[in-house]
Amino acid sequence: MKIRIKFRKYGVMKFIGHLDMMRFFQKAMRRAEIDICYSEGFSPHQIMSFAAPAGVGITSGGEYLDIEVHSSRTSEESLRVLNDVMVEGVEIISYRKLPDDAKTAMSIVAAAGYTVTIKDGYTFSGSGEDPGTEAFRHGLESFFARPAEVLVTKQTKKSEKTLDLKKLVYEFRVEERCRRPAFFLMVSTGSTDNLKPELVLEAYFASMGIPWKPEALQIHREDIYARSGADTPAFVSLGETGEILI
Amino acid sequence: MRKPALSDEILLKVEKPARYTGGEVNAVMKDPDRVDIRFVMCFPDVYEIGMSHLGIQILYDMFNRREDVWCERVYSPWPDLHRILKEQQIPLFALESQEPVRKMDFLGITIQYEMCYTNILQILDLSGIPLSAADRGAGDPIVIGGGPCVYNPEPIAEFFDLFYIGEGEEQYDALFDLYKRKKAAGADRMEFLREAAGIPGIYVPAFYETAYKEDGTIASFGPAEEGIPAVVTKQLVRNFTDAVYPEKPVVPFIRATQDRVVLEIQRGCIRGCRFCQAGMVYRPVREKDVERLKEQAVRMLKATGHEEISLSSLSSSDYGQLEELVIFLMEECSGKGINISLPSLRIDAFSLEVMSRIQDVKKSSLTFAPEAGSQRLRDVINKGLTEETILNGAQLAFEGGWNKVKFYFMLGLPTETREDMRAIAELADRTAARYYETVAKEKRNGRCQITISTSFFVPKPFTPFQWARMYPPEDYTDRAGTVSAAVKEQLNRKSIRYQWHEADITVLEGVLARGDRRVGQVIRRAYEKGAIFDAWSEYSDYGRWMDAFAECGVDPDFYTMRERDSDEIFPWDFIDTGVTKEFLRREWKNAMEAVVTPNCRERCAGCGVKKFGGGVCIEDQN
Repeated sequence: MKIRIKFRKYGVMKFIGHLDMMRFFQKAMRRAEIDICYSEGFSPHQIMSFAAPAGVGITSGGEYLDIEVHSSRTSEESLRVLNDVMVEGVEIISYRKLPDDAKTAMSIVAAAGYTVTIKDGYTFSGSGEDPGTEAFRHGLESFFARPAEVLVTKQTKKSEKTLDLKKLVYEFRVEERCRRPAFFLMVSTGSTDNLKPELVLEAYFASMGIPWKPEALQIHREDIYARSGADTPAFVSLGETGEILI
Repeated sequence: MRKPALSDEILLKVEKPARYTGGEVNAVMKDPDRVDIRFVMCFPDVYEIGMSHLGIQILYDMFNRREDVWCERVYSPWPDLHRILKEQQIPLFALESQEPVRKMDFLGITIQYEMCYTNILQILDLSGIPLSAADRGAGDPIVIGGGPCVYNPEPIAEFFDLFYIGEGEEQYDALFDLYKRKKAAGADRMEFLREAAGIPGIYVPAFYETAYKEDGTIASFGPAEEGIPAVVTKQLVRNFTDAVYPEKPVVPFIRATQDRVVLEIQRGCIRGCRFCQAGMVYRPVREKDVERLKEQAVRMLKATGHEEISLSSLSSSDYGQLEELVIFLMEECSGKGINISLPSLRIDAFSLEVMSRIQDVKKSSLTFAPEAGSQRLRDVINKGLTEETILNGAQLAFEGGWNKVKFYFMLGLPTETREDMRAIAELADRTAARYYETVAKEKRNGRCQITISTSFFVPKPFTPFQWARMYPPEDYTDRAGTVSAAVKEQLNRKSIRYQWHEADITVLEGVLARGDRRVGQVIRRAYEKGAIFDAWSEYSDYGRWMDAFAECGVDPDFYTMRERDSDEIFPWDFIDTGVTKEFLRREWKNAMEAVVTPNCRERCAGCGVKKFGGGVCIEDQN
C-alpha cells in the first residue's frame, strides 16, 4: 500500500539537511511502529522517497514523503502516532493512501511555491532605507518586462546551465507583510529545470541594484505541486492526491 | 518555541549547525523555574563523538529522573564556531535551554582521553569561567571532572573544583543533596567543597598539597587541612543488573560515531591484560542479568527507532549468557531492518555462525587483537591469546567465506625486541598462508586481505605497566619502519596491508597520562598558544606543545623516558581503585619474567578488589 505523508518543517529543524531528515524519518517510522516495507538483502532499507526536499535554512509548510506499507492504521490514528514521535519543528499534517498505480511524489513534482520575507533586524542598503513594497513592485515589472528571455546562470556541481526565468517562474508577486515587502514565487521544481527561489531573487535584486544578502531573507516553502493534467498549465498540491483512510 | 543561542547567520555559516541547536528526540526539556539544580554535562570533543558516549547518556538519564535537577549537554564547538564565539564574544551555551553554561550550578566534564585536555580549557574559556578553580567565585558553576582519565587527575587538577572518582551511578545523589542543603543555608563555595570532599569518591584538589624531592619525584602528597580524607576510594556499582540505564537515549539528527542502541552487558573484565587501564580500574567484572538486558534492548529500540543495536563490554565473549542474548536479539530484530553489531567477540564457531547470519560475509572483515606479534611478548602483556587460537579462528572464518582479516597490535610495549616487531608481519603472513591452504582456488573470492594496524603503547596509571618507560618519537617511527620492512619480506606480502599511527601524539599522551600537577601550566600554555582538538591529527601540533613545555620549564622526558623506581610515589597513589599497588608491582615483575596470570574466573589473583564485595569476586559464593 502506498502512503503519502505531508509535513511541516519549522524552527531549528530548518538547519537539518535532507539526508539527516531522511534518517530522522526512518527512525520515526520504527518509533511509531509503522508497518513499513523493507527492501531485500543484508542491509534492508525502508521503501521511502522524498519530493524535492527543501534546502538547509528553508522552512516549509508542505514537504512530502511517500512510503510503502504492508498495512496501515487509519489516517487519523497514523497522524497521532507519528506526531507523538516527532520533535519540535516537524509536524505531520496529512497521511493519505495513494492509488496503487500512483507515481512517487518525487517523479511528478513540477513546481513549488515560496514566501520570502526579510528577517527582523536586517536591511539591504546598509544604513540607508530599503526600497518599499511599491518600489519592489515596479522593479519586478521592469525585471520581467525585458525582451524575450530573462536568463540566469545556474552553477551545478559539474557545469553551468543557463535558464530562462520567463519560462520557469510561474508566478511572482510582491506583497506587504508586517509593513515590509514580502515576495511570493511559484517556480519550476523537479528533476529537470529545478529552480531555486534564491537564484530568481538574486537576479531580480541585481536588476534593481540592491546588494544580495541571502542571510537577510527567510525563505518559506508554501507547498509543492504537480501538474494537474498533461496539457493544462495548472498545478495541484501533492497533498491533494490520495484518500483519507478511515 | 526554543530560540537558538546563535543567529541564523552564524548557524548557516558553520559546518553542521545541528551540532549546536539541540532539540533531538528524547532530549529532556524542563522548566528552569521548577528545578533547584542546573547541571550541564560536557564531553570535550565534537558533538558526533560526544553523543556516542554511553557514560553521559547514563548520567543524563539518571540526573533528569530527579525532579529537582535539569541536566543538559554541551560539546566542544568545532574550530569554525570557536573562532566566531571568540570574535563575537558569544558565551558557550547548553544545547537544551540554549542558555549560557556559566549560569548553571554545575559543569560536569567527562574525560575519556588525555588529548582532549586543551578542549577542557576551551569549554571553560568560551563559557567565561576562570580556567583555574582558585579564581572562581560565587557566580561560577562548580566544575566536576569524571571518567577514566581522572584516575590520574593531577595534570588537570587546577582546572577543576572537584573530581568524581569511579562510577557515576553511586554518589551524585549525595552530592546534589549536599549542594541543595548548602545553597539553602547560604553557604559559600569553599564550604560546599570542603563538605563534598567527605563524600566517598569525591576529590577536591584544592585541599591537597604535594611536596617534591630534588630529583623531581614526589616526596609526599596529602590533605592540606584536617578532616580531608587522605585516600579517595573509587565508586563502584555492586548490583549492576539494577543499576540505572537510559531506556530513552537521545537520538542525534546528524550521524554520530555510535548511531545505534548500545546495550552494556557487563562492566569490567576478567582478563587482566597488563597494558589495559580499563581492565584494572573497572574491576571486578559484573554481569547484567540477561532478562534485564532483553527488556532494555526492546525498550531502547522502541524509544529511539535506531536501525542497529550493539553490545558493549570490554570482552563480550566472557559474558555468561551471550548465546541466549544474541539469539534473542536476532529473533527480535528479524524483519524489522535492525542490524546487530557484536564488537570485541572472540572468533569461534558460535560467533562466526552468528556473524554469518547478521552480516554480509563477502563485505565484512573479522578482527583479532593479539596486541603483540610474538608469543613471548603476548605473555609479557598477559594477553592470553595463542597463535594457534588465532590461526584456527582465521581458518574457521575462511571456511565460512570470509577473506578479510584485521589485526590490531601495539608497538613500544615493555621488553619489545626487533624479533617481536618482525613477528607481527610473520603472524600476518601465516594467516594469509592458512587462507591459501584452506580455501581451494576455485572457491576463492580473490586474494585474502590481511590488514595490520599498529598503535603505540602508552603506559597508564593503575596498570602493571605504570612503571614502564617510553621512547623518543623517532624510536616509535623506527619500530613501525621495522614492521613495514618485515611485511615486505613476507611470501604473502601482496595480501597484507600495514597502517600505523603517528608517533608524536603518543609521547604527549604519555606525559599527560602520568603527569603531575606541574604539567597543568603546560596544558594551559599550549591552549593559549592555540592548541585545541589535539586528538584530531589535522589540528594537533607537536611543535606547539614542545614550545609550551620549554616556556614553562617542564621537561617532558621526566615523565616518559624514565623507568620508575618500584617504590616511587605516583601522583595518583592517593586513589584507591581496590587494585593494590602491591598486586600491580607483582604483575610488573611477572611481566618482566613473561609469566602469565590466569583470568579472574580461572583463579583469583588477589588483586584487592574483593574487598568491594561484588561481581566475579563473589560469584558462586552465596
